[in-house]
Amino acid sequence: MPSMSITSKQLRQFGKPVVFGLLLLPALWLAWNWWLAFQFQPNGLGFNPQETSNRFSGDWALRILLLSLAITPLSKLVGSPKPILFRRMIGLFAFFYVCVHITSYVWLDMLFDWAELWSDVMKRIYITVGFAAFLLLVPLAVTSTNGWIKRMGAKNWQRLHQAIYVIGLLAVVHFIMMRKGFQIEPLIYAAILVVLLAFRWRKFMPKPARAVG
Amino acid sequence: MLIKHKHSWQETENSVTKESLYLNRRTLMVGAAAAGAAIAAPSVFAQRKRELAPLAARPTDYKSNESLTPENAVTQYNNFYEFGVGKGDPYQNAWRLQPKPWSIRVDGLVDKPGEYALEDLVDFNALEDRIYRLRCVEAWSMVVPWIGVSLASVLKKIEPQSGAKYVRFETLADPKQMPGLRWPVLDWPYVEGLRLDEAMNDLALLAVGLYGKELPNQNGAPVRLVVPWKYGFKSIKSVVRISLTDTEPKTSWNLSAPREYGFYSNVNPEVDHPRWSQKRERRIGEFGRRETQKFNGYGELVADLYAGMDLRAKY
Repeated sequence: MPSMSITSKQLRQFGKPVVFGLLLLPALWLAWNWWLAFQFQPNGLGFNPQETSNRFSGDWALRILLLSLAITPLSKLVGSPKPILFRRMIGLFAFFYVCVHITSYVWLDMLFDWAELWSDVMKRIYITVGFAAFLLLVPLAVTSTNGWIKRMGAKNWQRLHQAIYVIGLLAVVHFIMMRKGFQIEPLIYAAILVVLLAFRWRKFMPKPARAVG
Repeated sequence: MLIKHKHSWQETENSVTKESLYLNRRTLMVGAAAAGAAIAAPSVFAQRKRELAPLAARPTDYKSNESLTPENAVTQYNNFYEFGVGKGDPYQNAWRLQPKPWSIRVDGLVDKPGEYALEDLVDFNALEDRIYRLRCVEAWSMVVPWIGVSLASVLKKIEPQSGAKYVRFETLADPKQMPGLRWPVLDWPYVEGLRLDEAMNDLALLAVGLYGKELPNQNGAPVRLVVPWKYGFKSIKSVVRISLTDTEPKTSWNLSAPREYGFYSNVNPEVDHPRWSQKRERRIGEFGRRETQKFNGYGELVADLYAGMDLRAKY
């Protein structure tokens, strides 16, 4: 029944605000609980609020990053371009949570101790890896507008935004390296990333040579 | 004239911390702690919790003028990977542990080997109150009122032979009691060790209680090591085996990541963990970080053990 299916217009009008609100929920939870903590009120951040805050924001940055990588495979699976409507917003939310993650670390955890932060980035490989992922993500966020797609041309723009595959790998490596011992949880994220990248394997394969006739 | 002498290890930063700032730090703690308790105490789980008997202990010189870390933080924020890798997992899962009766296998280079009941190794009529700082390798810390006996008093009972150079400890590894053993986070059972002279130092404690009661399961019931000048993971929990050896024991974290966790693992702000700085630490309940002290502030009592040793090479 085609009359029942949701139109792109409806998705833009209602779907986007709903997804926007949902993706904002973790950040609102975090902000609310920090606000409570600063008021010396009972809160959900536990006994080591900075540790909770760093991990929570990092978890959500990675989850939403993987979600943004799932959109293209999803649209292929359902045979409709409609999921693509949400891809830019989800990608920008991933960037937003990376920023929350870094703010949590730089401000609430390290209290702007720049000397210590600099030595972290230089000396601790897992932080170097995470920081590299952030630096690579910045140009993607900046060029996310329609204006930039026009300015760069669709081909170049797409080439630039393929950096997200590398960023996803760096983010997962950052997570695996941060844990102690052999732990399952980060490997689950790694497995999901591998599946999502496998959908694109053709893109990375050499083009079949044309028959010369 | 009465002059009160204070040992360096009893001196604390709190004596120079502004009262108002200090109170604020505490308030943050209580708030956080209350919420943690509310989340982590569903009723079914509460029923499974063991009644902890009070323990009588005599006061000692091991005191501190630092504020104690609140009991709920000490008992609900733990690293005990046999019960899961999350900080709240041990509190949730450790009810499965059966700490009574408990026996400890003593073997290796000792004159009195055998299977001992806990009560035969630890004299429950000679328990001591000792307040120690605990510094985790993850750069957080607590102040805990332990109850126990010196490790030396137990080692004397089992009579180490002259060739014995090290003490090796082993944690229980029973998958029925410890759901975390399903995952190969470490090579189970958990093993830790000390050089014999470290073990004989009076600061080394075998704890059977905290906060005036028996040890809760998640804190390493019924008996655990506490070596406060070393990173927390050296203070092995729920000990089932003590062996005297002539070679350095292969310890769990050292095997897992030798570059990150040395056999000695003395608290040392000058030697960073490869993945983070050890210069500062977060005292649970405080907002900022405080300076980490060498040997966790117990240098006066233990520094001699390492005279002439390069603590950068022997981290």
